[in-house]
Amino acid sequence: MLNDADLAALAITLKLATVTTLILLLLGTPFAWWMARTRWRYKFMLEAVVALPLVLPPTVLGFYLLVALGPEGPVGGLMERLGGEPLAFTFTGLVIGSVLYSMPFVVQPLQGAFASIGQRPLEVAATLRASPLDRFFTVAAPLARSGFLTAAVLGFAHTVGEFGVVLMIGGNIPGQTQVLSIAIYDHVEMLEYGHAHWLSGGLLIASFLMLMTVYALNRRFSLVRP
Amino acid sequence: MSIEIRFRIERDDFVLDVDMEIPATGITAVFGPSGCGKTTLLRAIAGLEPCREGYLRVGEMLWQEGLHFVPPHKRPLGYVFQEASLFAHLNVRRNLEYGVKRVPVSERKVSMKRAIELLGIGSLLDHSADQLSGGERQRVAIARALAVSPGILLMDEPLASLDQARKQEILPYLESLHDELDIPVIYVSHSPDEVARLADHLVLLEDGHVRDSGPIGEMLTRLDLPLAYGNDAEALIEAVVAEHDDEYDLTLLDFSGGRFTVTHHDLPVGHPVRVRVTARDVSLTLEHQSGTSILNIFPATIEEITPAGNAQMMVKLICGDVPMLARVTRKSASVLDLKPGKLVYAQAKSVALLS
Repeated sequence: MLNDADLAALAITLKLATVTTLILLLLGTPFAWWMARTRWRYKFMLEAVVALPLVLPPTVLGFYLLVALGPEGPVGGLMERLGGEPLAFTFTGLVIGSVLYSMPFVVQPLQGAFASIGQRPLEVAATLRASPLDRFFTVAAPLARSGFLTAAVLGFAHTVGEFGVVLMIGGNIPGQTQVLSIAIYDHVEMLEYGHAHWLSGGLLIASFLMLMTVYALNRRFSLVRP
Repeated sequence: MSIEIRFRIERDDFVLDVDMEIPATGITAVFGPSGCGKTTLLRAIAGLEPCREGYLRVGEMLWQEGLHFVPPHKRPLGYVFQEASLFAHLNVRRNLEYGVKRVPVSERKVSMKRAIELLGIGSLLDHSADQLSGGERQRVAIARALAVSPGILLMDEPLASLDQARKQEILPYLESLHDELDIPVIYVSHSPDEVARLADHLVLLEDGHVRDSGPIGEMLTRLDLPLAYGNDAEALIEAVVAEHDDEYDLTLLDFSGGRFTVTHHDLPVGHPVRVRVTARDVSLTLEHQSGTSILNIFPATIEEITPAGNAQMMVKLICGDVPMLARVTRKSASVLDLKPGKLVYAQAKSVALLS
């Protein structure tokens, strides 16, 4: 069934997806809020940047991240000079890559949900004495709850499913940066189809269950726009 | 106490440029056709419409002047939007509580209970917004705005999205607000009927500018304004219930020009009422007619007379000390030699009680 390396990969995958989703919700919420409401004329450029991971081969993103985070790269080099280690081939590096890679899956549903609320409920709240922050937490957030659910599940599921970026930047170190999708690849390469079946089947069912939950809880669910 | 408003707001295809002072009591109707800037004006008063050039003082509260700008949530106002805009994630009770909770206890003058009573929504409290009819939703929205004990109530065509039956359902509640609460109201409307029933003061807005403003009775009968030339041109007269005639089932109303006779209304003697006399229902005679079925005949002096179309003239009369309008044919005006200063008798074929 599952060997120790598989279990370690499972643990790392879950940890990575959880951390990534939390970071994306934390950073993505104010960003999506701003994107949904700003009338800045160059907003479309930012929207294109956010959507890039949807169309880029993950290896492209992974390659640039590897360059940037490695010891010779600007970020990795800075880390080294600050007495740390380069981020390539570390769990932190994986988190950075995953945050970028899964960003559209969190930002877009949030932005869509905020935009669909419209200006009116917030104006009503303002005339009922609610300050801007108060309005966000008591009106916008509850009205956008389906967006938050969608964002969280898609962000998590998509991070679990990534392959190219983590392979490039994580380096497939068992127990440190080896995630499930890469573990499956390794098993197949070594013709261990039984292991590959267990892991693949598990991921398939888990992904299906997550998406089904979203669709069931939220009939108005709209899938990510490319 | 007054409300002083000066705004200049430029949009791509539209300029709102107003400078006016209105009383800080009663209901002031901002009246004008669609697109004349009524809603923009109301939103600017609430602070919802970005407006760099402006001055706004409500009673003693200075809300905007130069760089001084009080944000909407710090203005003690109530706002009723055209659509009820209830919070979809809260039930009726929580919608009402949303504003109340954010008002310091010491500033709560209108209790939630009172607001619920005034709008008759006691049985709806546990419903969610989507279980309510359009009229009920709007009543909840009005109660919600009232429950924050506003220093001024801003209403943006609160009845416009409702059908005639729902309007008739809500109008009595609005009238009772007027009678029972001492909160100044700015009421935006393009419905002459709502304005006639509710307003004390009228601001006539045209193309982003204030054409004129004044007490409703004066404004409606001014022959230099378009209001006096519509098919429904009318005078509004404040009167009080004088007595009831039980034999014929009539009610008699006193005003400064005499006594109206109307069908019986169940109101106590001394109760103030507003009476509507439509210009097309008023005819003029030179002598007091005796053999006529018309009961409401009053001596009046012609103040002004202007053409209304090719065949008709609009005559402004002063009856006691209140203005009244009569629409007559140009031929009659000529035959009777109607001119300013002349004494005539105004015969009102029908008189309607508005409240």
